[in-house]
Amino acid sequence: MTTQSAGAAATAGGTAVTETRGTTRVSPGLTERARKAKARLTSPWASAIAVIIAVLWTIPTVGLLVTSFRPELDIRRSGWWTVFGDAFAGEPVFSMRNYETALFESSTDLISFFVNSFVITLPAVVIPITIALLAAYGFAWIDFRGRDILFVAVFALQIIPIQITLIPLLRTYVQGGINGSYWTIWLSHSIFALPLAIFLLHNFMKDIPRSLVEAARVDGAGHVKIFFQVVMPLLTPAIAAFGIFQFLWVWNDLLVALVMGSPDTFPLTVRVAEMAGSRGGDWHVLSSGAFISMVVPLIVFLSLQRYFVRGLLAGSVKG
Amino acid sequence: MTIRISARRRTLAVAASGAALALSLTACADTGDGDGGTGDGGDDAAGFEIDCAPYEEFGDLDGTTVTVYTTIVDPEGATQQASYDPFEACTGVTIEYEASREMEAQLPVRVQAGNPPDIAILPQPGLLNTLVTQYDAVLPAPPQVEANVDEGWHESWKGYGTVDGTFYAAPLGSNVKSFVWYSPAAFEEGGYEVPETWDDLLALTQQIVDDTGGEIKPWCAGVESGDATGWPATDWIEDVVLRTAGVDVYDQWYKHEIPFNDPQIVEAFDAAGEILKNPDYVNGGLGGVDSIATTPWTDAGYPILDGNCYLHRAANFYQTQWPEGTTVAEDGDVFAFYLPAETTDEKPTLVAGEFIGAFNDRPEVQAFQTYLSSADWANAKAAATPNGGWVSANYGLDPELLATDFDKASAAVLADPATVARFDGSDLMPSEVGAGTFWAGMTEWFARDLSSQEVADQIENSWP
Repeated sequence: MTTQSAGAAATAGGTAVTETRGTTRVSPGLTERARKAKARLTSPWASAIAVIIAVLWTIPTVGLLVTSFRPELDIRRSGWWTVFGDAFAGEPVFSMRNYETALFESSTDLISFFVNSFVITLPAVVIPITIALLAAYGFAWIDFRGRDILFVAVFALQIIPIQITLIPLLRTYVQGGINGSYWTIWLSHSIFALPLAIFLLHNFMKDIPRSLVEAARVDGAGHVKIFFQVVMPLLTPAIAAFGIFQFLWVWNDLLVALVMGSPDTFPLTVRVAEMAGSRGGDWHVLSSGAFISMVVPLIVFLSLQRYFVRGLLAGSVKG
Repeated sequence: MTIRISARRRTLAVAASGAALALSLTACADTGDGDGGTGDGGDDAAGFEIDCAPYEEFGDLDGTTVTVYTTIVDPEGATQQASYDPFEACTGVTIEYEASREMEAQLPVRVQAGNPPDIAILPQPGLLNTLVTQYDAVLPAPPQVEANVDEGWHESWKGYGTVDGTFYAAPLGSNVKSFVWYSPAAFEEGGYEVPETWDDLLALTQQIVDDTGGEIKPWCAGVESGDATGWPATDWIEDVVLRTAGVDVYDQWYKHEIPFNDPQIVEAFDAAGEILKNPDYVNGGLGGVDSIATTPWTDAGYPILDGNCYLHRAANFYQTQWPEGTTVAEDGDVFAFYLPAETTDEKPTLVAGEFIGAFNDRPEVQAFQTYLSSADWANAKAAATPNGGWVSANYGLDPELLATDFDKASAAVLADPATVARFDGSDLMPSEVGAGTFWAGMTEWFARDLSSQEVADQIENSWP
């Protein structure tokens, strides 16, 4: 994906420059490089390999989907791939029973867990991105003493495993009296996400040509104006990319929600984990539970995935 | 080239974005509050009446709340919550019930963070031991609870809730593990009788093999259980130790007064292996001996329903694992008999159970603790469990209230004077062994076909 988007960036950048800035002369080397990159990327071999990888990576998900529609005893007795033979033989192989169990046969309704998941996820995505944008701008475009050391220190936090922070963090929350509220989960996710977010956004920000920012300064723009009117628009794809990652991570998170949360704040993942029953005997319901909780991230990913491949600096003066 | 902005403007900008952030967060918090929650359990058994007098001495508890943390999730969680209704009706206390399958890992975290629940239902004495010795977190049981336990439970049960001479945790429910599941119809068809002694059991096994020309393996077993894989086999070994080596050796064994690889224990491994590692006897409908390691324990008895297997040793709670629509009755699809001992005079029985640990001594917590340790609770729980799968060794439990014939049979085994109950040894051993190397060793016994001696040596070497 990295090569792809870089290639796309190069091509998009090249064409954009010729279109929007007719006066700028595009170096023949760049067009040449772009054509080569395009030729390389459209090789039939590469396509074949990409298709094979895509199929291999999809098999487990397909298996889960098929399993989630099979009756309990079939799930326990045979693998999901046997349905194709059985269906051919005309046997009834599918049922909605697991989904009925997962959705309705519980003393707790799934809706409140869905709501909790959203209430947890949205701020847990917005808070770190907001803070990281401000911090990354500071690290990238404001000179101050000890900037590099501070930046390395922030990024170094990334290597601390979150498991060892759980008990001290929870103790702090209990002492602060916010235990059991959504704040503990929002703050925890923000804390865990910030080092990587700052690092990534800083690197994207550093890629913005210095001349662009300096030109804005010469025109009299302050940091706030530069941040909102020059940097932010260019960073939209980067923000979206990190936002999707953070969204998926928080939506799928079980550990933080379980440790920091309370019954009032538990998201869908916690409910799905409980579906197997006290002694794990109802594990056949898990596949349908997993699919119910996958629906939202799937929608988010599919509707936003173009940001992953869209060029970072499409439309700017890079090159 | 650098352009500096004034310190004042910088502060303003940060403050402005901070305020905006706070505003948007507050908005989110508002939409979230008031929603969520875990709801209530089933109300199907709320009608059970108890005597409210024992809780009057705790004063006016109306409007107070007690939090309970447990591993018992739905559907069992609903009946558990329903069994609290009579207490709530008596005192006006609200019980906040929180169940998680990860409770055993989460409870020490919450204790260390200073945020323990009021009451935790501990699924094994080993966890109580850890909480008491490592975190000093559990409070000794109040005198009312101790009186209830002295009256309603055998002293051995009180012993399991005691650490270093202090009584902390009253037993809650009991599991009876020494059962063999079978199909009454298949037994009738083959003309087989329920065996009375261990030798009868082996003879029956051989007879089934002979009658079916070796095509059917009489026993089915499975020990896969996620990160606890191996535990069903530890129950097997414990049951056999109780039978071949005797109760006294069993006591010395789990207390490590004799080594884990004592010859009598290795002998018990071999006796269990006579069935479990005999390719003629296992693994009915599921594969070879090594398939025991990979078959989920929850599914291992299912071949009985297809007639591919005749015998499956599993605890009383396996009753609720059978697929929907299976009749558990003496004339139904499946039933269970007591795993026979060497003679009929003594019935060593492997049991297990939950215990109630308290982390707070507010009056409402103590009142609730008292209720949970009483015979009233046991009877309320029996009445609140319409589908069965629950039993208690409390003397005050009225067997007529139990929902199924099988639960009554379990209670009868517990109440039988010939029964010598012993608690699940792996729950009593240090957790490095009882929830670690013992499980792993049993899995390797099947999967890698290690000898009994090798496995026992390996486990002995891991003893802390």
